[in-house]
Amino acid sequence: MLAHDTIKYNPIDQIGAQERVARLFSRSIKKESKVEALKTVLSMIDLTTLEGKDSPGKVKQLSYKAAHLHDQFPDLPSVAAICVYPTMVTVAKSALQNTGIKIASVATAFPSGMASLTAKLDEVRTVVEDGADEVDMVISRGKFLRGEYDQVADEIVQVKDACGKAHLKVILETGELVTLDNVRLASDLAMNAGADFIKTSTGKVSPAATPTVVLVMLEAIRDFYKQTGKKIGMKPAGGISVAKQAIQYLVMVRETLGQDWLSPDLFRFGASSLANNVLMQIVKQTTGVYQSDNYFSID
Amino acid sequence: MNESSGTPSKELDFQTDWTYSPAPESTDHIEFPEKNDLFINGKFQPPVNGKYFETLDPSNEEKLADVAEAGQEDIANAVAAASKAYDKVWSKIDPAERGKYIYRIARQIQERAREFAVIESMDGGKPIRESRDVDIPLSAAHFFYYAGWADKLDYAFPGRKTKPVGVAGQIIPWNFPLLMAAWKIAPALAAGNTVVLKPAESSPLTAMKLAEIIQEADLPPGVVNIINGGGETGRALVEHPDIDKIAFTGSTEVGKWIMKSVAGTPKKYSLELGGKAANIIFEDAPIDQAVEGIVNGIFFNQGHVCCAGSRLFVQESVAENVISKLKDRMDTLIVGNPLDKNTDIGAINSKTQLERIKMYVDIGQKEGGQIFQPSCSLPEKGYWYAPTLFTDVSQSHRVVQEEIFGPVLAIQTFRTVDEVIAKANNTPYGLSGGVWTDKGSKIFNVSRDIRAGVIWANTFNKFDPSAPFGGYKESGFGREGGLEGLLPYVDLD
Amino acid sequence: MTSRANIQKTYKLFINGKFPRTESGRYIEWKDAKETTLVNICRGSRKDFREAVVAARKAFGDWSGRTAYNRAQILYRVGEMLEGRRDQFMAELRLQGSTKRQADKEINSSIDRMIYYAGWADKYSQLFSRVNPVAMPYYNFSVPEPTGVVAAVVPEDSSLLGLVSVIAPIITSGNTVVALASESFPLCSITFAEVLHTSDVPAGVINILTGQRSELIEHFSSHMDVNAIVFCGSDPEQQELVQTNAALNVKRPVFFRDQDWSDKKAQGPYHILKTTETKTTWHPIGV
Repeated sequence: MLAHDTIKYNPIDQIGAQERVARLFSRSIKKESKVEALKTVLSMIDLTTLEGKDSPGKVKQLSYKAAHLHDQFPDLPSVAAICVYPTMVTVAKSALQNTGIKIASVATAFPSGMASLTAKLDEVRTVVEDGADEVDMVISRGKFLRGEYDQVADEIVQVKDACGKAHLKVILETGELVTLDNVRLASDLAMNAGADFIKTSTGKVSPAATPTVVLVMLEAIRDFYKQTGKKIGMKPAGGISVAKQAIQYLVMVRETLGQDWLSPDLFRFGASSLANNVLMQIVKQTTGVYQSDNYFSID
Repeated sequence: MNESSGTPSKELDFQTDWTYSPAPESTDHIEFPEKNDLFINGKFQPPVNGKYFETLDPSNEEKLADVAEAGQEDIANAVAAASKAYDKVWSKIDPAERGKYIYRIARQIQERAREFAVIESMDGGKPIRESRDVDIPLSAAHFFYYAGWADKLDYAFPGRKTKPVGVAGQIIPWNFPLLMAAWKIAPALAAGNTVVLKPAESSPLTAMKLAEIIQEADLPPGVVNIINGGGETGRALVEHPDIDKIAFTGSTEVGKWIMKSVAGTPKKYSLELGGKAANIIFEDAPIDQAVEGIVNGIFFNQGHVCCAGSRLFVQESVAENVISKLKDRMDTLIVGNPLDKNTDIGAINSKTQLERIKMYVDIGQKEGGQIFQPSCSLPEKGYWYAPTLFTDVSQSHRVVQEEIFGPVLAIQTFRTVDEVIAKANNTPYGLSGGVWTDKGSKIFNVSRDIRAGVIWANTFNKFDPSAPFGGYKESGFGREGGLEGLLPYVDLD
Repeated sequence: MTSRANIQKTYKLFINGKFPRTESGRYIEWKDAKETTLVNICRGSRKDFREAVVAARKAFGDWSGRTAYNRAQILYRVGEMLEGRRDQFMAELRLQGSTKRQADKEINSSIDRMIYYAGWADKYSQLFSRVNPVAMPYYNFSVPEPTGVVAAVVPEDSSLLGLVSVIAPIITSGNTVVALASESFPLCSITFAEVLHTSDVPAGVINILTGQRSELIEHFSSHMDVNAIVFCGSDPEQQELVQTNAALNVKRPVFFRDQDWSDKKAQGPYHILKTTETKTTWHPIGV
């Protein structure tokens, strides 16, 4: 069992972190390095639909898109995973057979997390039984902000246990934690409690992933690796819709964590509309001609 | 989880498969004369003795242009032009009009910012990211700030009226050529003085571009004169009897010579000299931001910065962690073509400077210091030096005591606040200092006790035209920037 | 009736709150206008100066670290004690050739000047401090701080007012000082030291030497642990020497060439500013 008070307080200076982001984002990624980055970005996408109106039809269309991003263009990778609500896991499972694309399900009363621990654990066990490879849980932000860190950590430990072989992504919902100090503390809590990935946001709260938050989480991952040797993955989610942003995040990963994290095993983008924008950029880089939405399927 | 558990630190691999393609800034639209004359009395004119010297691109040792070398007669002409402009025009015109001319200069620099940035990087070797984001915008901002003072001087010094001093002889260094020209010219003009400016020998081109702008801005002839040359030219300018005020930025050695040279004369002077700043990291600091601050402190502009944070003090309890992070960060620094937008560290400004840096690193190693350099590759042609750390050094080592003016950081550890303040102040210099801690009261305590003119708390190497800059002790006296920056250019009645 | 023999005062140096004789054992016979030797004045030496600088350096941390209010109170106290010694100053000024009226005026001006600077101690930094509106999310402010140890060669033509006028603005901001008294009119300087001794000025904050200007300015201006030198006098050769030596460690040279110290304009916050440094501090504004 893990007590929060064994975790060292790591203060973050907001302005300094923002300046570091600005410097990273001033990297100019052109030509071959851009094409390579764009392809890498595609392979890291958790293609996401998390809406109240989601239906088996929608999920089937999305699953097909995940495996056939833009067949007109050869040698494109598929996305890493699709990310759906628990009731859609079985639909996705059958739609993605033999594609190698993972199925991620949100769980633990996503997005608010306002349910009993028992209900959360039941939900996790169900989605794993239904075939989810990855579980995206939310932390209890109310408890975190009240300083009940042990309870937040304990929930993560139990969810991790319920996941069995499935990978656990822990959503911090950084938009509700507000300060970077909190983001850092929540990251440390989650990693110590057994998270395989830490993830910024549900996409339901604004702001979602901000560059500064992502940097702070990557730095937390770096420190955790240095201390324990364990490589924890990172998933910014929400609001990442254009290729340029995604490449900037890739730069951030490269210069904060290096080679091992430039892989879908350790870095993902949670996004619904990013893939097409990246595809347009890839085609533009190859043809030299600016592209239109009309030439890219919108599933 | 335990911070100091026995698990060995794991390595991070920054030699990634994915690398950045070259992203050079375009030089297509950049023009500068192959032959640069002296700018005297509003006109470009050849030197009387017909002598020119070459200015090089330090990143490839190729000649960029010829530059006129001012001799005694040229200096006399420039000073005479400045005197005449002072007497007849500049000290007499409506201050609001004076301000408007300075605003014009600010605007023109903004307009031609890209051109200035590229030339600055070509002539001086600094990364385009810095010339584009720091040098040039700050230069424009400096003119903009002081332009507004021209007609408000009556409010600057309560109870006193200001009078301009007269003709200012200004000598600037090679590390921030346009920015230093702005720091010198803007307050001088705002206060009603006229100037003769001598840029540094190895980086004169942006100052000549500035002369073009000044001509286009239609400043009355002689208000600003720009002459080039080396130490001899500078010496003759300082010694010229009709100079009323000297403003100098450069080495402490030359600063001391200027003090002696003008002794017994009524010349006013202000000096911005060397430094060996302490950058202090306490255990409760925001560590990742501090590491970035260390990098900005010593590797900004290849360490060619008088206020560089060249002495790092890290509290023992976090020393291992900070140094490890610093090394990782250094592994991601890109050294190379100054014009590449991704370059972090450009070329060393001159061969002389490169040799000086090498000499100091040799000395440091002979004295027992341990060095670390990241595995960056350096271009073959040109003047280059990899970012360098020294550990196992103390206050008694020369690399800790003397200003290297290169990308070389000396690291020491400390245990207590009193100890680190004593060591921070254990230097003849006092230009700047850095302090990193999350604790507000400690910041006020330490920043008060560091005897230096600029304290960066939880940041480093920040500059703004409204913020006074200048040193204590052998780092010089007088301030540049802010209201205090007017004081060296006025007499108070 | 037998006349009683007076107890004559011994004039010594004032270093680190104590009154030592010069280590050199040298003295100057101080004569009045009739060439009668009245007292012996210590002829301070290079080593006396060195001791005084050590004391001033040691006192600097405490003095500059005190609250401005406390420094104000101590300066005010000096003014009070000056008032109480009026008769003694009067006698010394008369001995040194002043008329009663002149002496009266000089004493009044000296007391008033001390009170004047006492009032500035907790105000001058408000006048010269500012918050600078930088174009970044930083809180940025500049404040004047004392420069450190100041060597002061005080006016030669005035025994008390020149000394007070030069020393007071130096210590108001928190500097410590080693002063060289007027060679021709030295008497009041040591009596002034006695005033300081009884008025809560910490040891070492003000040190006063007597001696030969031509001998001592070399040391006053060259010492490497002195941060600024205030030189009063119109001799161009001495000025040149002072500035040339000041260059050794970039001392701030402050010259008063032909200052009339009885003028109201010979006082003001800009006198305090001359021996201060501006410190600018940056700090990010974030959460």
